[in-house]
Amino acid sequence: MATQHSQPADRLTMAPPAPEPASQPAAADHQSGTKHARTAARLMMAPAVILLLGWMLVPLTMTLYFSFKKFLPLRGGDLGWVGFDNYVRFVSSSAFWPSVQATLVIVGGVLAITVVLGVLLAILLNQPMWGRGVVRILVIAPFFVMPTVSALVWKNMFMDPVNGLLAHVWRAFGAEPLVWLTEASTQSIILIVSWQWLPFATLILLTAIQSLDSEQLEAAEMDGAPPVKRFAYITLPHLSRAITVVVLIQTIFLLSIFAEIFVTTQGAFGTKTLTYLIFQRVLESQNIGLGSAGGVYAIILANIVAIFLMRIVGKNLDA
Amino acid sequence: MARAITSQRKALNTALAWGVGLLIFFPILWTILTSFKTEAQAISDPPVFLFFDWTLENYSVVQERSDYGRFLWNSIIIAGGSTILGIIIAVPAAWSMAFVPSKRTKDILLWMLSTKMLPAVGVLYPIYLLFIKLGLLDTKIGLVIVLMLINLPIIVWMLYTYFKEIPGEILEAARMDGATLREEVLYILTPMAIPGIASTLLLNVILAWNEAFWTLNLTAAKAAPLTAFIASYSSPEGLFYAKLSAASTMAIAPILILGWFSQKQLVSGLTFGAVK
Repeated sequence: MATQHSQPADRLTMAPPAPEPASQPAAADHQSGTKHARTAARLMMAPAVILLLGWMLVPLTMTLYFSFKKFLPLRGGDLGWVGFDNYVRFVSSSAFWPSVQATLVIVGGVLAITVVLGVLLAILLNQPMWGRGVVRILVIAPFFVMPTVSALVWKNMFMDPVNGLLAHVWRAFGAEPLVWLTEASTQSIILIVSWQWLPFATLILLTAIQSLDSEQLEAAEMDGAPPVKRFAYITLPHLSRAITVVVLIQTIFLLSIFAEIFVTTQGAFGTKTLTYLIFQRVLESQNIGLGSAGGVYAIILANIVAIFLMRIVGKNLDA
Repeated sequence: MARAITSQRKALNTALAWGVGLLIFFPILWTILTSFKTEAQAISDPPVFLFFDWTLENYSVVQERSDYGRFLWNSIIIAGGSTILGIIIAVPAAWSMAFVPSKRTKDILLWMLSTKMLPAVGVLYPIYLLFIKLGLLDTKIGLVIVLMLINLPIIVWMLYTYFKEIPGEILEAARMDGATLREEVLYILTPMAIPGIASTLLLNVILAWNEAFWTLNLTAAKAAPLTAFIASYSSPEGLFYAKLSAASTMAIAPILILGWFSQKQLVSGLTFGAVK
């Protein structure tokens, strides 16, 4: 929960308000493309465009501004411009590379688990069975559980080394229960987050698999192609686009997972991701300049992923 | 013979799928069950599954001790308010993009989507600072605005996709028959658009309800919604599994129900139409 600090922020200059959008649509003529309709269309679009432009530009400008300053609200306030000092210091701090590693391991681990299990589950759910609708509901459910609930339920009722259900299971097999969140902290976070995102991957892959032409599969079966080959040469290529979309969208969300770490390890035991590191720099140690430089790195990273996603979405828009 | 094999396979699929489905659902089921146990039963060794003395005590304790109702109310206002505000702003925009498209429409849509990709932590301090300056920290209206803005791209996209499917010929036919613009909007477009608006509403209430970065960082005591309320259980005292379960069950139940209704729209809504 937010700690409220009193801010000696009187010396701060606010970023300028967002300028009028320059990118109003130069409406092409369509069947309804009278001048009147075009003006009306622009007016109807204006609130959404202006708001989003402001939402993007104002904080972004401020983050950029702070990233070039030594700014410690609780220890002297604005201590002047420092050039790229914060950018260099953020990268050379001892916490940086471990946080990159933690981020990569967690994002990569969750992606691998959700995509592989998602494909298998989608294939399974696509088979003829009784009560498919109910099974679908059971599988989707974790996606609707709020992150703080799933993190706390897993932390206490499953991963607790004394009373957790997993500890009971371990003991039932005569093994010493694991202290999950300290001994296997990264794996625990991956498990929790995978549980939350597996439904998303499954649902999208299932939707994609349902559009697969079953005649193609039947023809291959007639020709004697074994299941493994049918999967590798027909199903998987058909799913490749959906898998790409799942990977890209999940990456964007996974890069910024927060609550799952906030209520479990608080970034301890090697689970301090880039997002969590920036959060600590900004709100816990109130080193705004350093945190802002980190924020700019995070924005650049997310944009690299976003470019690929936008390309796919954009292509689909033309079709 | 072929029939027998098929139904055998079907039985096998059914057993396997139900097994996996129940395994995935189990944490939720276990939480719901635990919420009806006493604290002692909640940690009994071996764990009890169904045969315990069912009690509703935890639910009343949670409400009494922590004023659960207030957090629930905050969640409802924040999730509902941000969604409704977002729809009011997005409907005209999506409408004009779908019915009066221009060369720039695609660029604007993609640009809107790109604002959704902005990592929240990158703009945490500016927003925090603006909230302090504007007196919005720990207020419901502040969160309504922020959650509206982060979900606005999704709302515009979903509505655009739905409006796009309304055939233009119907409008032309109505115009031929002498319908005025007002009649056109009121009697033809609106009824056709309502299902799309409804599912957009549903999905965005879910997203806003579960949002757990801004709700945790921009609230303290007054405006905290359920996400923050549950997070306050992370440093527990004494026995609390049953109470945590009761609080969790109450926090997720409404969304689980809404979510099951919206599962069809989920895919196209969350992939921005890239997977249909």
